[in-house]
Amino acid sequence: MAESRHLGDIILKVDHISLSFGGVNALADISFQVRKGEILAIIGPNGAGKSSMLNVINGVYHPQKGTVTYKGETRHHMPPHRAAELGIGRTFQNIALFKGMSVLDNIKTGRSLKIKSNFLMNALWFGPARREELEHRQKVEEIIDFLRLEDIRRTPVGMLPYGLQKRVELGRALAAEPELLLLDEPMAGMNIEEKQAMCRFALDVNDEFGTTVVLIEHDMGVVMDISDRVVVLDYGKKIADGTPDEVRQNPEVINAYLGVSH
Amino acid sequence: MFYRETGQYKTNYGADEQIFPIRQDRIGVMIILAFAYLAVPFIGDDYWFSAILIPFLILSLAAIGLNLLTGYAGQLSLGSAGFMAVGAFAAYNFMLRIEGMPFLLGFILAGLSAAAVGIVFGLPSLRVKGFYLAAATLASQFFIEWVLTKFPWFTNNSASGVITAQKMVLFGYAFDTPMSRYLLTLVIVTLLALAAKNLVRTRTGRDWMAIRDMDVAAEVIGIPMLKTKLLAFAISSFYLGVAGALWAYCYLGTVEPQAFELTRSMQLLFMIIIGGMGTIVGAFFGAAFIVLLPIFLNLFTSTIFAGQVDPGMLSHLEQLVFGGMIIFFLIVEPLGLARLWQLGKQKLRLWPFPH
Repeated sequence: MAESRHLGDIILKVDHISLSFGGVNALADISFQVRKGEILAIIGPNGAGKSSMLNVINGVYHPQKGTVTYKGETRHHMPPHRAAELGIGRTFQNIALFKGMSVLDNIKTGRSLKIKSNFLMNALWFGPARREELEHRQKVEEIIDFLRLEDIRRTPVGMLPYGLQKRVELGRALAAEPELLLLDEPMAGMNIEEKQAMCRFALDVNDEFGTTVVLIEHDMGVVMDISDRVVVLDYGKKIADGTPDEVRQNPEVINAYLGVSH
Repeated sequence: MFYRETGQYKTNYGADEQIFPIRQDRIGVMIILAFAYLAVPFIGDDYWFSAILIPFLILSLAAIGLNLLTGYAGQLSLGSAGFMAVGAFAAYNFMLRIEGMPFLLGFILAGLSAAAVGIVFGLPSLRVKGFYLAAATLASQFFIEWVLTKFPWFTNNSASGVITAQKMVLFGYAFDTPMSRYLLTLVIVTLLALAAKNLVRTRTGRDWMAIRDMDVAAEVIGIPMLKTKLLAFAISSFYLGVAGALWAYCYLGTVEPQAFELTRSMQLLFMIIIGGMGTIVGAFFGAAFIVLLPIFLNLFTSTIFAGQVDPGMLSHLEQLVFGGMIIFFLIVEPLGLARLWQLGKQKLRLWPFPH
């Protein structure tokens, strides 16, 4: 698949990242690059540091060493909402939706940073505030359409089944029109149909909007099928980086996943 | 059958995003407003205005203020009466010290002063949450009470610490009858309640609820924590400040800092819990429950048992029943009266038909 696709410049570069919590080294000297328009999978056994890596990229964790370069800007430290402003979207491993709000409102929060009107205009439902709300409603409806959530837009997300909640969370991330989308186990705990649907959405997002996708996934079938490149982590270290085929044949990866006989 | 949306087709998002999207709600609000503005002034008497309706409206406003902070933004606060005190004493001082200050402007400045104090006491919310934050806001309650009693400047060196509200005059018209004060309160409460409703259904309110439900996720999608939380404290305190000014000027007339004790903060918190956290209508239900129910209970017991039971015993009995009812409602519907109201409306969609 990688051969047939035309990939752009490097959008994200992670350089020598080390992150530790107390005495535990979550990440040790990790470097890799993501090119614009590509789908990159990060895999590895439990506790390998995959989620920590995503948290470093969008500023939830601050690494002790190393830098993150996003769209040519290098930084050691950036708050998560700044990352969002720069176009990094994110979904979480354990669903992090706003439980008390409807599907519609959840997806609308994804557009908050694009809304300019301040609280005074909002309170008065005054010209620009109203116009803006309607404009953004239009955009949100496009996403609802894209993810086929029309019939549940008024339902509080707490009442939805797991698979749909995952989809709403993707919708919320998409609402911000991200350039780089970080998906943390988007298909965990799903049945085969839900997985297929989620794969389809991820590929469509990548295809239609040109969004770069970095995803963590445990289902090897999915990873090998949809990703252009795979980065393998094990105990906080990078042990492989390459196309799915290269990674599949890498002895260290086989070792980490299956173990070898001595 | 009576609360059906069937046939109300919306052909643009404007129709769906209006303040009351369902026609029955719009009509209902109109009827209530028409009744409050046009009928109540004629059927109410001075006792009703000054002892029941005015405090009910002011406490509803204060409960809306607290609900914006606690119910919508999820920041538990026990200092709400403190902010009411700031509003009352700020209004007094602005009108005392600035010649010819119109009282409405004084109320707005009172709200803004409370908002400024609210932002300062909201700063701990950036570090602590839940019960710990409640303890931190408790500090504001005691600190404000202490400042107002300690420095006589705030009470214009009044020996007893009591201030007397100045006359409210607008374009030569003095608000000195209970009915005029009722209408003044009603106008302010209506406008601020509608503004609150607008706030919570637009970006501001969504950001607050996002912070309430999952703060890390809110930050990751680009909602700045600092700004959003402090804005909630500021706007909530503004509402409480205006409510405090009204409490002094439209209800009591003379106030001392002790009118805004911790008991009042607790009362407001109970109102939003019983009325329904995170709803605007719940603030009115909660205020009605706390203010009106004891009065009705009193009327009820004094007519039924008059002369047969010892009056002291009766008042204890009333409190017993009142406490029992609070527990009853919380067990029946922990999400508050607003939720019961919502369920009632759902039932009315079909009623009286089974399907």
